[in-house]
Amino acid sequence: MRGGPLIPAVETEDLAPVTDRQSPRTDLWRRLLRNNRLAAAGAFVILLFAVAALIGPFFVPHHYAHQDYDVIYQGPSSAHWLGTDALGRDILSRLLQGARVSLSVGVVTQVIVLAVGLTVGTVAALGGRLLDNLLMRLTDVAYAFPDLLFIILLRAVFGGSLLMVIFAIAFVQWTTVARLVRGQLLSLKEHDFALAARSLGASDVRIALRHLLPNCLGPVIVAVAFGVPQAIFAEASLSFIGIGVTPPLPSWGSMVQDGYQAIFAYPHVVLAPTIAIAVVMLSFTFLSDGLRDALDPRIRH
Amino acid sequence: MAGYLLRRILYVGPVLFAVALVTFLLMHAVSGGPWDSDKPLDPVTVANLNHKYGLDQPLWQQFLTFIGNALRGDLGISYTNQGRPVTDLLRSGFSTTATLGLLAFTVAMCLGLTLGMVAALRQNSVLDRASSIISASAASTPTFVLGVLLVVIFSVHLHWLPTGGWGSPKQAIMPAIALATLPVAYIARITRASMLEVLGQEYILTARSKGLREQVVLLRHATKNALIPILTVAGPMAVSLVTGSFIVESFFSIPGTGRLFVQGVFARDYGLIMGATIFYAFVVAVVNLAVDMLYAVVDPRIRYG
Repeated sequence: MRGGPLIPAVETEDLAPVTDRQSPRTDLWRRLLRNNRLAAAGAFVILLFAVAALIGPFFVPHHYAHQDYDVIYQGPSSAHWLGTDALGRDILSRLLQGARVSLSVGVVTQVIVLAVGLTVGTVAALGGRLLDNLLMRLTDVAYAFPDLLFIILLRAVFGGSLLMVIFAIAFVQWTTVARLVRGQLLSLKEHDFALAARSLGASDVRIALRHLLPNCLGPVIVAVAFGVPQAIFAEASLSFIGIGVTPPLPSWGSMVQDGYQAIFAYPHVVLAPTIAIAVVMLSFTFLSDGLRDALDPRIRH
Repeated sequence: MAGYLLRRILYVGPVLFAVALVTFLLMHAVSGGPWDSDKPLDPVTVANLNHKYGLDQPLWQQFLTFIGNALRGDLGISYTNQGRPVTDLLRSGFSTTATLGLLAFTVAMCLGLTLGMVAALRQNSVLDRASSIISASAASTPTFVLGVLLVVIFSVHLHWLPTGGWGSPKQAIMPAIALATLPVAYIARITRASMLEVLGQEYILTARSKGLREQVVLLRHATKNALIPILTVAGPMAVSLVTGSFIVESFFSIPGTGRLFVQGVFARDYGLIMGATIFYAFVVAVVNLAVDMLYAVVDPRIRYG
């Protein structure tokens, strides 16, 4: 036997200091964006739309509600890049303003859903039997309403401001997150690490916030990511049948509705908002799928 | 099992009561009433109408009257459809909505299961990629966008299908496709994931290694177990197809309950809205109950205590 070091040569990677190891968060980003090209593409497109929605309306030469009867139903031109609609309004300006509506509906509903769902789920799981029963029965009732019909009802009662549309959509979506959080916490709080924290003298609130909630965030993030396109979808559908945001504020859904009336003669009016909806929805679907793959430990490939 | 079933059935009552209460309060928070129109009626007529329909009574009394009647199967009358009973309207509308929903459900299950199975059995092949792209696109196309596209292709350019209405099989094709698209994507994705998970299990390896034919392994061992998660989403999906068809119904002018409800909301028809909401909540509760019972049939491991 040849002489050599008793300790076998170790690959340098294994000797890397602990501080160099990827944190779970960087690991997530790597799995999400570098290993999943579709998710990365989705994220890029969403970012593009978000930037366009944010700054676009400041740069367009026409106001989204400005009507010009000399130029109705014009095709794309240098003055109107995407043409004009039935009232001579610039389609590009309306599309960008519509992007603001769609994206803010998507994001703001999920912020509300997250806040309410996390609170209700946490209190139900950790607040004792009485509160749990009370909150879960409340969730059952909210869940019993058929969602889109209930949104229509709320919309009819409280009027058509953008904020009310957002509240109505958030109202039917929060139950999913609440149930998810409750279920996760109920199983997590029986784990040893929760017991360990308790025996070290951590308070209930500290255990909930520092130990339990961070551990159930994965599925919650996935649920919220899927909730964004659902909310955009709901708003577009409502606006399409004429009970979404109030005109002249444009929504992609109401733009499709406006254009549909002249679809035989001027298909380009319908085309722009239709493509915008489809592209944004597809991007969110890819991103959410990527998030689920990256966050769900069971389906790691 | 019997005890669990009984508890679940008894539980439906309070939920429906709460739904009725919330809807009732919401409807009365709306400014304006069913007698509003472009030509204002004179106050005496309004008072007479209110008296005839019991709208001059205190709110709690109106609500209790409604609940009492609802328990006997009477959901009141519609204020806008010549005072017809709401149950009548719902019955005629629901057969349409249910037919459309069932059609879409069948399409979604057949197409979704096929797409998902093919994708799972040929994982990472071209077929799998194609199936993924089809279902991702289907999941990202709002119903009305698809409706617009279908009408442009099949009505405007090809003149094959009528743009709307209900009654002939031809009129049902586009609405059924538009309604089924989202569920197809959903079922296909769940089926693929579920099949892949089951195929990785050790009992599949066991079945193969004891020499069972591949057909038997796939059908008896894999598919049967893969069905459980699919069933979980199929129930709520069936519900959403029946309750969520109002966009398709409005778009293709189909006289179903969804369009009825939308018209009711526009006309502030309290009677119709109350009745329809209770009816929908009832359908949701019954279907969810049926699905839970079905689990126990498909998966003997599930026991309800």
